[in-house]
Amino acid sequence: MTALLPRRGLAQILALIVILAVDRVVSPQFFDLRLQDGRLFGSLIDVLNRGTPVALLSLGMVLVIATRGIDLSVGAVMAICGAIAASLADTHGLPVVLAAALGAGLVCGLWNGFLVAVLGMQPIVATLILMVAGRGIAQLITEGRIVTFSSPDLVWLGNGSVLGLPVPVVIALGMLILTGAVVRGSALGLLIEATGGNARASELAGVGTRAMIIAVYVWCGVCAALAGVIAAADIMGADANNAGLWLELDAILAVVIGGTSLFGGRFSLVLAVLGALIIQTMNTGILLSGYPPEFNLLVKAGVVLAVLLLQSPKLSGFAGIATRLRGTKA
Amino acid sequence: MRGLPPVLITAIVLVTGFAACAMQFPNIASTRVVGNLLTDNAFLGIVATGMTFVIISGGIDLSVGSVIGFTTVFVALAIERWGVPPPVAFVAILVLSAAFGAAMGAVIHIFDLPPFIVTLAGMFLARGASFLLSTESVPITAPVYSTVSDFALRMPGGGRLTAIAIIMLVIVIGGALLLHLTRFGANVYALGGSRATASLMGVAVGKMTVKIYMLSSLLAGIAGIVFSFYTSAGYSLSAVGVELDTIAAVVIGGTLLTGGQGSVIGTFLGVLIQGMIQTYINFDGTLSSWWTKIATGVLLFAFIALQQALVALARRPAAKRAGAAP
Repeated sequence: MTALLPRRGLAQILALIVILAVDRVVSPQFFDLRLQDGRLFGSLIDVLNRGTPVALLSLGMVLVIATRGIDLSVGAVMAICGAIAASLADTHGLPVVLAAALGAGLVCGLWNGFLVAVLGMQPIVATLILMVAGRGIAQLITEGRIVTFSSPDLVWLGNGSVLGLPVPVVIALGMLILTGAVVRGSALGLLIEATGGNARASELAGVGTRAMIIAVYVWCGVCAALAGVIAAADIMGADANNAGLWLELDAILAVVIGGTSLFGGRFSLVLAVLGALIIQTMNTGILLSGYPPEFNLLVKAGVVLAVLLLQSPKLSGFAGIATRLRGTKA
Repeated sequence: MRGLPPVLITAIVLVTGFAACAMQFPNIASTRVVGNLLTDNAFLGIVATGMTFVIISGGIDLSVGSVIGFTTVFVALAIERWGVPPPVAFVAILVLSAAFGAAMGAVIHIFDLPPFIVTLAGMFLARGASFLLSTESVPITAPVYSTVSDFALRMPGGGRLTAIAIIMLVIVIGGALLLHLTRFGANVYALGGSRATASLMGVAVGKMTVKIYMLSSLLAGIAGIVFSFYTSAGYSLSAVGVELDTIAAVVIGGTLLTGGQGSVIGTFLGVLIQGMIQTYINFDGTLSSWWTKIATGVLLFAFIALQQALVALARRPAAKRAGAAP
């Protein structure tokens, strides 16, 4: 399996290069970068910037999926935390706003983790509860309005720049490095993979699977909270109905494109983020090409199917399918 | 009778809830309100019937909302722009949606993929296809539509049992008979209990999987037609998020999300509970509609927790006998 890893990564990098090349054909100035007011501008930077929320979500999601779980509530958590950040922004300082929003994400993650690890619910069902109720809670916080704010600190989080790069990109990069350092710098990543591979065996071997599962859902909640704050800061307001809508699906898609198996047991943080970038490069390419954005969904559906079929253990040439079909008919 | 206790609890929740609502707003307990409740939730009842089969068999179908959206747009365009007679358009879309479901079932079985992700792709595909057909709302002016919308059976007390409510009731009853009285239904339970065991017992697992998803998409297609009757229009953004309401209705109705247990009647009660919450919020007037989501979430949690407890209780004696750790 370890011998396969570089080859798996190669496929994603090749896919990204191909899509970038297609984008270059569609829009000749795709690779142009210019420095203005101490900040880089250009389609590439735009791809990075727009891809940030999904990249952040995929960082948490990949760990959850590695434990054989799934978190459907990330979009709703984004809406909740965005709503909290927006409603506090004009009356409190940035540290308080961030602490409140990230704290809310942590609580959401704790709730999901509790349902999955302690009550033993299926992850899809457990997180479905918050997915359904979460948007209602976000509406409760915004009182059904779109809450706007003008706090320059929070706006900077969405629109500012550090060393020429947009702040969201820097945050996502920081989170990637932080998550990578914590998970791969210690045995934590191995323990998470063990939990996903076989929870019972891992527990007998002394892995605290319950703590592992709670921890990954909490981390997923925190990542979603950060994504929600950035999304709110970007538009200088919180829209409880539409913030993070369907982004849980994009995040899962990014993780799947990144080659992480939905059956748990192995994961790659970098490839998941790469998956998020692939999705965003596709979106931007479709927009630049002048096709209606509606094509996005069709292209995504095609990509999901292609990736799934490539990952499928059952797909070993047409001979395999034929035997399978014969077996069904019998 | 395995499925009875959860259904009974759902029924008790519905009756108590309804009684509580009626105490506060006596007008709720009228055939008018009940008739409207059935009409407003007709499409949900139809699609939830199909989802019940999928979930009992141990799967999930996330594509139903998109299939409803696609159906409304397709029917509207076929009748208004392409000049197709409505019955032909209905048959065409039903064949199309059944084929769509069959294809998803086939992919799930042949490639051994999680239904969750395959139907997710189906959801993108159907929604994207409906956007491609038209991004604007297309009104339907065919005479059939006004005839069907005007048709209603008078109930005592002035309530109207509309055509689409009747279609829903017929499908719920048909679905219940199919699930509880036929070999097909028994096989659905067998698949949800254990795929391997069902296969060893001689159930054609592949064929069943294809048929179950075909049924779900077919019913989603019918729900789409009903939805187009309800709104007299086709819109590519209609029924966004309905898959979640549907799954919630099925779970509140006492169907086990791990498969193997459940009933169509329970699902119908689950749909009524959601409709009741919505009606209460309408009557109250001061509450916003997002309270529906919170209430649904709370109910969802309560029912899943209850199921979890029941399953744990049922397993306990077996675990003790085997001497295994709990």
